[in-house]
Amino acid sequence: MAYNSLESIVAYCKEHHASFYEALLADDMEERDVTAEDSLSRMTALWHTMQESAASYDSSLQSASGLSGGQGAKMDAYMKQGESYCGPFINIVMKAALEMAESNACMRRIVAAPTAGSCGVMPAVLIPAAEKWKIPDKKMVEALYVAAGIGQVAAERAYIAGASGGCQAEIGTASAMAAGALVYLRDGSPEQICHAVAISLKNLLGLVCDPVAGLVEVPCVKRNVMGAVNALTSADMALAGIESFIPADQVIDAMKEVGDKMDVSLKETGAGGLAFTKTARDFEKEFRAAHQ
Amino acid sequence: MNLFDILGPVMVGPSSSHTAGAVRIGLAARKLLGEEPKEAVITLSGSFSSTGIGHGTDKALVAGLLGMEPDDMRIPKSFEEAQKCGLSFRFVHETVKDFHPNTAILDVTAESGRRTLVQASSLGGGRIMINYLDGVEINVTGERPVLVIHNIDKPGYVSLVTSVMAANSVNIATMTLHRSKRGGTAVMVIETDQNIPADAAAHLKSVDGILKVTCLNL
Repeated sequence: MAYNSLESIVAYCKEHHASFYEALLADDMEERDVTAEDSLSRMTALWHTMQESAASYDSSLQSASGLSGGQGAKMDAYMKQGESYCGPFINIVMKAALEMAESNACMRRIVAAPTAGSCGVMPAVLIPAAEKWKIPDKKMVEALYVAAGIGQVAAERAYIAGASGGCQAEIGTASAMAAGALVYLRDGSPEQICHAVAISLKNLLGLVCDPVAGLVEVPCVKRNVMGAVNALTSADMALAGIESFIPADQVIDAMKEVGDKMDVSLKETGAGGLAFTKTARDFEKEFRAAHQ
Repeated sequence: MNLFDILGPVMVGPSSSHTAGAVRIGLAARKLLGEEPKEAVITLSGSFSSTGIGHGTDKALVAGLLGMEPDDMRIPKSFEEAQKCGLSFRFVHETVKDFHPNTAILDVTAESGRRTLVQASSLGGGRIMINYLDGVEINVTGERPVLVIHNIDKPGYVSLVTSVMAANSVNIATMTLHRSKRGGTAVMVIETDQNIPADAAAHLKSVDGILKVTCLNL
């Protein structure tokens, strides 16, 4: 991989008069020794799979644990009732995030982005945006390169797994990926893409991975909503010209440092945080007993 | 690392380690058996054991044994599929000492009576490690084809096997040799760059002194 920093992607863009997407396409072609055509067709297939996965949400499904199911449908009903606080577009994004995260919990097919636990974030912002602003597939696929490039730097410099760096690494990275993609879709500059990454990740620093009974459901499903909405607010700020005081690469490094300092009970071991509450521990006892 | 390690895999949820990784472990065991599995005893350890039900780890392992890939929509229904295919299975929960928290041991038997014992771990992100095959430590990722030969410990077998590989234009990536004791049973674990052709494996099976041939092709 050519880039281990967002800074080097921006430098490539300047040097080659390239877009953020083009910088990453070039990287993929070199890394996997493939043609532009091969790379694009693979990414396009992924975009279609994301869309299919979103379209096949089944509101009647419940997860094996009983903890997830039907929340997307509740959001849908609420939206249709009247004027919500967030407004129609954000409500659609929230519903999409709930649906995808629930699908994951219910053993449906999803695209890990970057992980299964955070699979709800990217499609939740990208699919509604594509629909609302009639963005052609080609542009959406380019945005996926931007997102993947951001995630790759996070994986290289820090972590993308909750077990390694807490939820700030999973939902945090997914949110930063989505924020960068959203800025790209509005033709934001590479610098603005980086500010969106920095802002979105900063907001989630320190977030722990504390899944109830060790399952990817509580609080994971609703955190996907938060990751998606955080991406929208960060993208809007970046596009408004609002800048992050700390550069994106340093924010990523801070995420790593915080993850390293995080106690292991807060990194997907079910031993701390929400997983350690009375309700969670009672549920876990019952759940284990029922399945012995 | 590449961009498609970040976006993807396409998988059936909920967990790349407890679901997708488990499917890959089941698949690896099926390939190592080399035949349609008829019976399986699956031992789950660690986190696989305790959170496995909620993650569908049990369904995922059976799905892999049936030949399903990690994104197969039938995974949640794999137990029913197993009934249809005549695969009988049972689960044992145990703690396997000193191993990765997501470990499974699959004791699989085919109709012909051929039997394979596979111990593997799910490392995260869908990646796996096949730790033991038939009691021999092999530690392969399953990302490359693997050939495991059990033979009597006498001169000439390593040369024979590598010549067959050469004759079939199969390049050897890694190779380790073990033996139970001098003059006992020897084991060769060979990772290759190309799949091992069926007739090459069949030829090796027929050689006097070669006791067992196991292939994992991609």
